[in-house]
Parts: sequence; C-alpha cells; structure tokens
Amino acid sequence: MTGATTAGALGVVGQLLVVLGVALIAVGALGLLRLPDAYLRANAVTKAAALGLVLVLLGTAVLAPGLDAVVVLLVATALQLFTVPVAGYAVGAAARRARAPMDPRTQREEGTDPTDDPEDPDGGRAVETRP
Amino acid sequence: MILDAALVVLAVAAVVATVRVVVGPTDADRVLAVDLGFVVLLAALAVLALRLGAPALLDLVLVGTLVGFLATVALARLAARGPG
Repeated sequence: MTGATTAGALGVVGQLLVVLGVALIAVGALGLLRLPDAYLRANAVTKAAALGLVLVLLGTAVLAPGLDAVVVLLVATALQLFTVPVAGYAVGAAARRARAPMDPRTQREEGTDPTDDPEDPDGGRAVETRP
Repeated sequence: MILDAALVVLAVAAVVATVRVVVGPTDADRVLAVDLGFVVLLAALAVLALRLGAPALLDLVLVGTLVGFLATVALARLAARGPG
C-alpha cells in the first residue's frame, strides 16, 4: 500500500469516527428532549458525553496532524472516560435527594431506597445518625 | 464538507440543550442540559480545530473536559438541595 492510499484510508476512518460521535451526541440530545424524567435523561446525556465525545476526539486524533495534537487528544479522551461516570452519578444522586419525580412506569422494589421515607426531610443523607 | 454537516448537527444539539435548560422542570434536568451543552461545545471545538487547521483549539478541549466535570459536580451539589 502506498503512502497516499494509507493517508486516504486514515482520512476515511477519522471522518467516520467523527460522524459516529456527532450522531451519538445528536441521539443524546434527542433523549434529553424526549425522555420523560430526569433519571432517564441522565442516561441519555451520559452516553452522549462518554461515547459520543470520545468518538469525536478519537476521530480528531486520527485526522489531526502532528504528535502533539494526538497526545493532547488521547489525554482528553482518557479524562473524559474517567470523569463522565462520576458526574453522571452526582447528578443522579442529586435528583434523588431533591426528590425529582419518576416516570409512573418506573418499576421499583418498595422499601429498598432510604430516600423513599417521607418522614426524613434530608432524603436519607443522615440515615446513619438517626436513633 | 462532512465536518460542516457535523457542526450543523452540533448546533442543533446545542439548541436542544438550551430548550431543556429553559423548560426544566427540575434543577437536575438543567444540570444535565448544561452538561450536554458543554459536551457539544467540546466536540465543536475539536471539529473546528480540524476545519480551521488550528491545533491550539485542542488544548482548549483538554482543559474543557476538566472544567466541564468540575462544573457538573458543583451544579449537582447545588441541585441536591431541592427546590427553593
């Protein structure tokens, strides 16, 4: 394979990765717009943030000229993969503490969630310190 | 050409995130919408770095991932207090 065809194939792969990532972000935006409650929207947004942005960054790393850009993009990709789950958990826990309503079709096992207690004003945060 | 189309799609996603910030209904929804808006901004910066041939924008992407994470966690702490 000559150098020119290798560069052409890399260009196609990079553009495919960018397009796939942007499509995932678009699906995440659609989920943010259409899903019925905050928890389901958190699902859509974290997938878009983790997979979509990581695909865009990897595609950019394939297309970008120079080693500096590739290293910066790979570091950004790794950071994104580590931080998105933490941020998603923080938002989900915050929604639960603030008693964001669930979609009525949600199936849950009663009595397993400390934030269910209507007598507990801080939503289970101080459940260990109660007598 | 493909990169231009990607930028247009990202712009639509940013509009969707803005709509969700406005309508809510809970603060957690607004935090999520801001998070998605940040993701759209970072993706647009990466695509623009290719489109304009400006690798300096990639450093902004690196910093933006960290700032976006901190912003989301801080806003989630605020939203956990509930309405009022």
